[in-house]
Amino acid sequence: MTPARKRRKIDLAKLPAATGQALDDRFQGATPLRRLFNKVFPDHWSFMLGEIALYSFIVLLLTGTFLALFFDPSMSETRYDGSYAPLRGIEMSKAYETSLNISFDVRGGLIMRQMHHWAALLFMAAIVVHMFRIFFTGAFRKPRELNWIIGLSLFWLGLTEGFAGYSLPDDALSGTGLRIASAIVLSIPLVGSWVTTSLFGAEFPGTEILPRLYIVHVFLVPLIILALITVHLGLVVKQKHTQWPGPGRTNHNVVGVRMFPKFAAMGGGFFMIVFGAIALMGGLLQINPIWLFGPYKAAVVSAASQPDWYVMFLDGSTRLMPGWDIHIPIGDGSMIPALFWPTVVLPGLLTVLPMVYPFIEARLRKDRQAHHLLQRPRDVPSRTALGAMAIAFYLVLLISGGNDVVADKLNISLNAMTWAGRIGVLILPPLAYYLTYRVCLGLQQHDREVLVHGVETGIIKRLPDGRFVEVHQPLAAATDGHAHGELEYAGWTVPKKMNRLGAIAPAVKGFFFPVEKPATPALPPAATPVSPATAPHELEEAGRPPQ
Amino acid sequence: MSTSHADTHEGGVEERFDVDDPSLSRFELVREGARRDGVEIVHYAPRFPVPGTKAEKRVERSIALLLVLSGLGAFGFVAAFIWWPFEYEAGQNASKFYTPVLGLGLGLALVGLGAGIISWAKKLLPEEISVQDRHDGPSPRDEQSLTGATIVNLVDETGIRRRPILKGALLLPLAGLGVAAVAPLVGSLIKSPNSPEPILLHTGFDPQFNGGKPVRLVRDDGTPIRPDDVSVGGQMTVFPGIPHGATNEFADSPTLLIHLREADAEAAAGRSSALNKGSQWENFVAFSKICTHAGCPASLYEQQSNRLLCPCHQSQFRITDNAKPIFGPATRPLPQLPIAVDSEGFFYAKSDYKEPVGPAYWERP
Repeated sequence: MTPARKRRKIDLAKLPAATGQALDDRFQGATPLRRLFNKVFPDHWSFMLGEIALYSFIVLLLTGTFLALFFDPSMSETRYDGSYAPLRGIEMSKAYETSLNISFDVRGGLIMRQMHHWAALLFMAAIVVHMFRIFFTGAFRKPRELNWIIGLSLFWLGLTEGFAGYSLPDDALSGTGLRIASAIVLSIPLVGSWVTTSLFGAEFPGTEILPRLYIVHVFLVPLIILALITVHLGLVVKQKHTQWPGPGRTNHNVVGVRMFPKFAAMGGGFFMIVFGAIALMGGLLQINPIWLFGPYKAAVVSAASQPDWYVMFLDGSTRLMPGWDIHIPIGDGSMIPALFWPTVVLPGLLTVLPMVYPFIEARLRKDRQAHHLLQRPRDVPSRTALGAMAIAFYLVLLISGGNDVVADKLNISLNAMTWAGRIGVLILPPLAYYLTYRVCLGLQQHDREVLVHGVETGIIKRLPDGRFVEVHQPLAAATDGHAHGELEYAGWTVPKKMNRLGAIAPAVKGFFFPVEKPATPALPPAATPVSPATAPHELEEAGRPPQ
Repeated sequence: MSTSHADTHEGGVEERFDVDDPSLSRFELVREGARRDGVEIVHYAPRFPVPGTKAEKRVERSIALLLVLSGLGAFGFVAAFIWWPFEYEAGQNASKFYTPVLGLGLGLALVGLGAGIISWAKKLLPEEISVQDRHDGPSPRDEQSLTGATIVNLVDETGIRRRPILKGALLLPLAGLGVAAVAPLVGSLIKSPNSPEPILLHTGFDPQFNGGKPVRLVRDDGTPIRPDDVSVGGQMTVFPGIPHGATNEFADSPTLLIHLREADAEAAAGRSSALNKGSQWENFVAFSKICTHAGCPASLYEQQSNRLLCPCHQSQFRITDNAKPIFGPATRPLPQLPIAVDSEGFFYAKSDYKEPVGPAYWERP
C-alpha cells in the first residue's frame, strides 16, 4: 500500500482483524491464545465442587472490601449512639460499634455482612466436599501430590481466616472465641504464656488483638490464600484435569469440551449461580445477629455458644477430652494442660497426616506411576474405608461441638451426650471402616455379576419343568461356546437398569402439549424390552453363577 | 503478501495446510488450529440441525425469559437500594424487609443470568467431544541432561566449592540477615508475662490496685453489695471495686458471689480445703467465674444441686466442695476469693485470689 492510497476512514468491518493483527505484532499472542481457547476440560458434576470454593472466595473479596470501608478494628471504648435503640448508651469497643453501624446505618451494609459470612461458610464447606472428592477418587496420586498439599493448606488458612473474621466484630461470641483461643495458646508447653502475652500485647484481652487480627484477616491470610489458589489452578492447567475412565479415555489424553466456548460459559454461568445463591442467603437468612449478643464482656456468656461450623470439630474435641493434665515434677514443677491435646496436637496431626498420605499410599502399593484416570471409590476399598473412618471421626467431633444444643433440643442428659461422644469417637470410626469396606466389596461384586450375567429385566419366565427364572439381558454378544460374552470391568459405571440400555422410548418434550413429533424410537415401544443383542433362547436363565 | 507468512509455523504438520485456501470452511480452520494444539475435535454437531424448529424457538424463549428476569432483578435491586426505607426503626415496618428485598433482587439477577448462560451453553452450543493429548511424563532425557548441566555449571562457575574461605564467609551475612529479618517482628512483638509484673498471677482484687487497701466487691455499675442484696440460693456476678474494675481491662476478675442455703453453707465450710479455709463469710462464698479449663465465664448456676456449669465446654463444678470439677474437661477447682463484710456492711476481698485464676499453663505455680 502506498501512502497516496491511504484511507483515513476507519473500516469497521476490518477493525477486529486489524486490532488482532496490531496486538499480535506487539505480543505474538496468536499461538498461546489459541492454545488456551482449545484447552480441553473433562466434564463431570463432581469437578464443580472446587469451583464453588473459588467463586465463594471471589464473593468474599468483593463483600470484604465493602465491609473494610466502614469497619474500624479499634478496641478503644466508646458509647453507642446509633440507630439500634436497645443498645444506645452502652459502653462498647469501636470495633463492635462500627459492626453495628454496618448492620444498621450503612445502606446495604447488613446484606454485605451476611453475604460475607455465608460466603465464608460456603467457602469452607466447598473446600471440604471438594477434598472428599479428590480423596475418594484418588485424584491426589502422582503427579498431583503437591496440589493436594496446597488444598489442605487452603483449608487450614481458610479456618484461620474465618476465625479471625469471626473475632473482629467484638460481640459476646467473638470475645468468647478469642478467650478460648488465648487459653489454647496458653496451653502450649514451655512458651504458652509468652506467646499469649506477645499476641495479645498484654493480659487477655488487651487492646491490640483486634487491630492485629484485622491486618491478618484483610491482608496477610487473604494474600497467601490468593497466591495458593493461583498456584493450585495453575497446576491444574499445567498437569491437566483428571478424568473418569470411559470410552476413548486413557491415561494419556483428556476427553471433554474445549475451554471456549462451552467450558467457559458453563463456568461463568456457575459463578453467577453461586454468587446468586450467596446473595439470596445473605438477604433472606439471618446469620450472626451481633446486636442480639451485645458487646464482649469477660463475665458474660450465653448457653449454646458455638463457633462457626468449620471450627466446631475442634470445639467438640475440646469438650470430649478428659481432664488429663500432665504434671512434670522438675524444678518448681511444670504442667501440660489437658487442653493442649485436643486443640493443638490434634489439628497438628490432622494437618500432617493427610499431607503425607499420598506418599504413604504410593509406598504401600509400590505405585510409582502417574495417574490421570480417576478411581471409583468402590474399587479401592481400603482407601474409601479409611476416608469413611476419618469422616466418622470428624462427624462425632462436629456433633459433640454442639452437644449442649443436642442435649437441650432432644431432651438428653448433657453428660450422656459427652460420654456418647467419648465412646463414639473411639468406636464409630473403626465401625465405619469395616462397613464401608464391606459395602465397597459388595458393589464391586454386583458390577461384575452384571457384566457376566447381564441386567435384570424384571421378566419372570416359567420353565417347562415348573421352575421360575428371571430373564437377564446380557451386555455382550455371544462368543464361541458360550451363551453370551463376558465383559471386562472398565472402572466405570455398569448399567444396571434396562432403561440405561435404551429400553424406554424417548420422552416427548413439551409442558402441556408436545413441541415436536417425538423422534422414532430405537425400539418399537410394543416390542419386547429385551434387545436383540442375543437370540431369545440364549438368555441367561438365572441370576446366580452356574456353580 | 500474506502467503509469505504461511509457512512460518509448519513444524509438526505433516501435510501442508494452506490457511489461505478459499475452499476451506471456517470450521476446517478451527479444527486445524486445534490439531496444532494437540486437540482433535472428534464430534461437533449443532443441537438443532434444522434451524428455526419449534423446539429451538422454545429453548430460545426460555433463555430469553431467564435473562429478562435477571435484568428485572438487577434493576429491582438498584431501585430497592435507593428507594426502599433502610433506616432502622423499632417495631414491624418496611425497613425490616430492606435486606431481604435486596437479597431477592440480587439473587434473582445473578441466578437468572447464570441459569440463562448455562442453558445457552447446554442447549444451544454445538455438542462437542474433543480429545487432547496429555503430553504427560517427564521432559525428554536430553532436555533433562542439558538443564542439569546448566544448573551444575551455574554453581560451579561461582567456584563456591573450590573456595572454602568464601563459603564460610558467605554463611555469616546469610545467617545475620536471616536473623535481622526476623528480629524486628519478633523483637517488637515479644512481651514477657512476668515483667513489669506477673500479669497472670493477680486479679483486680489485689489491694495494689486500690492503694493497698482491700478491694470491695461491686456490681458492674460499680455499686457495692450488702449481704441482703443476694437472696438465699441466689448468685450475683461481682467485680473488683476499682476504676475500670468491671471492664475487660480486668478480664480475669469477674467473680461469682453465691448465697448458699444454711445446710449447704455448713457442708461447704466443713469440706473447705486448706487453701480455702476462712474464705467463706457466713453463708456466702465467692468463686472465680473464669473457668479453669479454657477461660469462659462459668456462669450457669444450678441452685438445687449447687453445680456451676461452663456453657463453652460443659465443665461442671460443685460449689459446696471447693468448686471442684465433677464433670467435663476441666481439671482444677475454681479458685475461691476470701471475702468478708466491712464496717459499713459491704462485701470486700480480704486478699487477692490465692492461686492464679483461669486456664492452666506450663509454669503455673
